[in-house]
Amino acid sequence: MLHTVNKSPFERNTLTACLGHALPESAVLLIEDGVYAAMNGTAFEKDVRKAMEDRTLYVLGPDLLARGLTADQVIDGIQVVDYEGFVELTEKHDKVQAWL
Amino acid sequence: MKYGILVNEGPYQHQASDTAYQFCKAAIERGHEVFRVFFYHDGVNNGTRFGVPPQDDRNITVRWTELAEANNIDLVICIAAAQRRGILDEGEAKRQGKDGENIAPGFRISGLGQLIEAGIQCDRMVTFGD
Repeated sequence: MLHTVNKSPFERNTLTACLGHALPESAVLLIEDGVYAAMNGTAFEKDVRKAMEDRTLYVLGPDLLARGLTADQVIDGIQVVDYEGFVELTEKHDKVQAWL
Repeated sequence: MKYGILVNEGPYQHQASDTAYQFCKAAIERGHEVFRVFFYHDGVNNGTRFGVPPQDDRNITVRWTELAEANNIDLVICIAAAQRRGILDEGEAKRQGKDGENIAPGFRISGLGQLIEAGIQCDRMVTFGD
């Protein structure tokens, strides 16, 4: 399953809820304000790194850029994708769960 | 693949409608079909043609209309959500005794059944909201 998280973990707890439910092998895509969770050095970095042990994390590049953030500020191992990559993820995973 | 899209938020207030649009465009460019976009809750506000954003800003409603016309996408506005927010087509305006209608080209007003149908018929349902 592909999970999308669109809010900063400092604003809502949807990232924590998502990571608590997302099964091994599933993918989590951070979009919109969710991209802040992909940043190095935040209070959530540990949770994100732990999640990456058995799940794959992605971040939407255009949403990083829109917030003045760059790929080199992203936690190692999180893959930066564009909208085409977003579509590809929905091809690979048969269900998409938006954590709103 | 056949895609169904759900948009739960209005234009300019949240990013949901922008993200949904960019996603649809990318899906079409990859050869997929976007069967229907269902606008629910405040998402119905995407379907008024009376919005006049500044000229150097994107016109979210026109963008949806153009994408739908070019790619034969069914843009459906939830009727109950639309009634609450004053989004009317000619038939609804008449039925409710209102003095005008404001629905944008390419959009139509219908019920939740259209969302369920999209969920059944499409290979993927992707939700965008707040």
